[in-house]
Amino acid sequence: MNHSITEPDRAPLDAVLLYVLTGLLALGAIFATAFSDDRLFRFHGYLLIAAFTLAFALLTVAMSSGRLRSPPGRYADGVIRAGVIATMFWGVVGLLVGVVIAAQLAWPNLMYFPEHGWLNFGRLRPLHTSGVIFAFGGNALIATSFYVVQRTSKARLAGGVWPWFVFWGYQLFIVLAATGYLAGITQSREYAEPEWYVDLWLTVVWVAYLLVFLGTLWKRKEPHIYVANWFYLAFIVTIALLHVINNLAMPVGALHHRSYSLFAGVQDALTQWWYGHNAVGFFLTAGFLGMMYYFVPKRAERPVYSYRLSIVHFWSLIFIYIWAGPHHLHYTALPQWTQTLGMTFSIMLWMPSWGGMINGLMTLSGAWDKLRTDPVIRMMVVAIAFYGMSTFEGPLMSIRAVNSLSHYTDWTIGHVHSGALGWVGFISFGAMYCMVPWLWKKDRLYSNQLVEWHFWIATTGILLYICAMWVSGIMEGLMWREYTSQGFLANAFVETVAAKHVENVIRMVGGLMYLSGALIMSYNLWRTVRLPSPVSAATTPAPSLIPAE
Amino acid sequence: MSKRETDEVTGVETTGHEWDGIKELDNPLPRWWLWVFWACVAYAIVYWILMPAWPGINGYTKGVMGHSDRAQVARELETLREVRGEGAARLTNATLQEIEADPDLQQYALAVGQSVFGDNCATCHGVGGAGAKGYPNLLDDIWLWDGTLDGIHQTLQVGIRSGAEGARFSQMPAFGRDQLLTSAQINDLTELVMVLSRREADQEAVGRARPIYAEQCASCHGAAGLGDHTQGAPNLTDAEWLYGASREEIRTQIWSGRNGVMPAWAGRFDDETLKALAVYVHANAGGR
Repeated sequence: MNHSITEPDRAPLDAVLLYVLTGLLALGAIFATAFSDDRLFRFHGYLLIAAFTLAFALLTVAMSSGRLRSPPGRYADGVIRAGVIATMFWGVVGLLVGVVIAAQLAWPNLMYFPEHGWLNFGRLRPLHTSGVIFAFGGNALIATSFYVVQRTSKARLAGGVWPWFVFWGYQLFIVLAATGYLAGITQSREYAEPEWYVDLWLTVVWVAYLLVFLGTLWKRKEPHIYVANWFYLAFIVTIALLHVINNLAMPVGALHHRSYSLFAGVQDALTQWWYGHNAVGFFLTAGFLGMMYYFVPKRAERPVYSYRLSIVHFWSLIFIYIWAGPHHLHYTALPQWTQTLGMTFSIMLWMPSWGGMINGLMTLSGAWDKLRTDPVIRMMVVAIAFYGMSTFEGPLMSIRAVNSLSHYTDWTIGHVHSGALGWVGFISFGAMYCMVPWLWKKDRLYSNQLVEWHFWIATTGILLYICAMWVSGIMEGLMWREYTSQGFLANAFVETVAAKHVENVIRMVGGLMYLSGALIMSYNLWRTVRLPSPVSAATTPAPSLIPAE
Repeated sequence: MSKRETDEVTGVETTGHEWDGIKELDNPLPRWWLWVFWACVAYAIVYWILMPAWPGINGYTKGVMGHSDRAQVARELETLREVRGEGAARLTNATLQEIEADPDLQQYALAVGQSVFGDNCATCHGVGGAGAKGYPNLLDDIWLWDGTLDGIHQTLQVGIRSGAEGARFSQMPAFGRDQLLTSAQINDLTELVMVLSRREADQEAVGRARPIYAEQCASCHGAAGLGDHTQGAPNLTDAEWLYGASREEIRTQIWSGRNGVMPAWAGRFDDETLKALAVYVHANAGGR
């Protein structure tokens, strides 16, 4: 074995392993498709055959031409560049579907075809949520984590070609999930809709991701592990745990798309919301805090405000978040003591969440003037502000008395979107604006003016969106609980739907503005990539991996 | 290995670590942050003492306030019963006609009916009951089936073509789709229906259609087209059309014979609610 590694003409071991695996998967997909009598399963089977045979063919060409080598003295940036492109692509797709379903909520007959379910709200809605959370957010997290872990460890990504497996495997997961939703394949678990075989595939990809990340940390040439990497690691490990447990299910058949959950009744509901809430906690909070902890100090060129605060808020966040899920099931069949614990842990979560906000904002002390001059910094600071607002609103809404008004209303939708558009979206946009010139070796963005436009259009869009949802949410909450003097409910449900038509239209306009901002950004980044590289970059040697002192 | 230095802007020492140019200041935890955190923890502990909170081997801590959601729901339902007065009990014992005759009781029944109608019937019949294409208008006194108080009550219980025991049932044939009549014959019949509802039509076609009508349609819709409540056959001489008044819609209905379904509500509502709903619908339609 040692010979094959030292011999220059042989392909490296990691590539051979991936090659064999891809070949086996292609064969497996062919047999599974051939023997299945389930139409929907075969549809995904054809997709898998196409994906694995294409990958196998490309790997054959790449290996025989002697590529797939990992020069140990350089960072693996190709996979990150691909991640940036995927992030922007899925971001635009996910936001576009969001605008479409927002329009369907305002005008219910829009794109409603009773004979064909593909474009109905019920199928497009998970396409939107998974599209923005997992496709956009997930790609942003994978790309930035690969960037950050290399720079802060002074080590090339571990695993040779396997980071590419993580990237393409994850895209395959997205395509399987998205096409499945449109075809009506769902296990009806919110944010965990993909069926069992897609879940298994994601598990394989996710374990590979964890190993690549851990392997890189293992190889690090810095004495300590930087705080951003703690958050990324917490995100990767916990998502693996949540994903596996919540998706425990028994398939109807080995070659059938449908499966049934291992849990039933209120245990099922609690498992789902333990998953659902911690997807917010560890995917949308911890992961993106990792992003913030690198890109904010890096861009502001200031030290992180407090090392101690980062330790204390990290561990308190990790410990407390995992308990908060039951607040999604207030006033349901869930025992009251469980609701109590969910609510009180959510309240205790307030300050651990705000620790990240304080550390992010205070890192700018001494660099506040950059808010005026650098729209990218401004975008990230506004992201942190939205983070602070929604992590205050969350504990507030978890209080049972507040929840009895807010639950099931648009208020929840507004809350989610101030976190998703304001925090997750803006911090990711900020990171992309930083990374693109760094990755493509440009000395600047194509246009700061366009970043300004993006910032203001998107910020106005968010405000329109969440204000409309506050108004309609509180209005419908009050309408639902209104009794006549004779003791009967005053409003029919459909009347409460009709009452929020205007707010629904405003919400769609806000979403459209946010999408416009993302399109402006995509154009700006594309022009940045097309900029001529500065002469100095061409002559600078490849970045060395010698650690700082 | 690590070298602490002082940050020039803030005058605070760094921890001496550095990653890719990023350093960390050695600031303490903000006091207010720590105090609010402990306050939240204290709030949680007090809440655990007061309310049902921690599970054990045999049950859970009940909390010193003795609060329970189940008891609270029971209390709220009791309050609601008090607000509603004795109406519910009187509904149980009264006949439909007695309810309508007693203004107080009718008033109560209308309140129940409106509340139930909005969340169950409005989906098809519209919030006010004005109907929509394929869903009858309930605000006029024109009925497909028996429109008396008892008739409405019966329809509510068993539904129409619902598959329930004793459901009201009839079937408009799909004369075109099932090739019972030719396309030309259906065109002629359409003209005849136009004439029945006092509109202009091709008289020659009407003449050709008369024997077809007598043979195929009159058994349900009647020789004069006045319809039949016992078969749910619409009156073809008025201006009320379930699927639309236009020539095209009439032709489509003869061609493909759409037969709407209304669910059976017995078993989903209790007897008092069904009575109240019948009184409500009857009153909305003019109460005759």
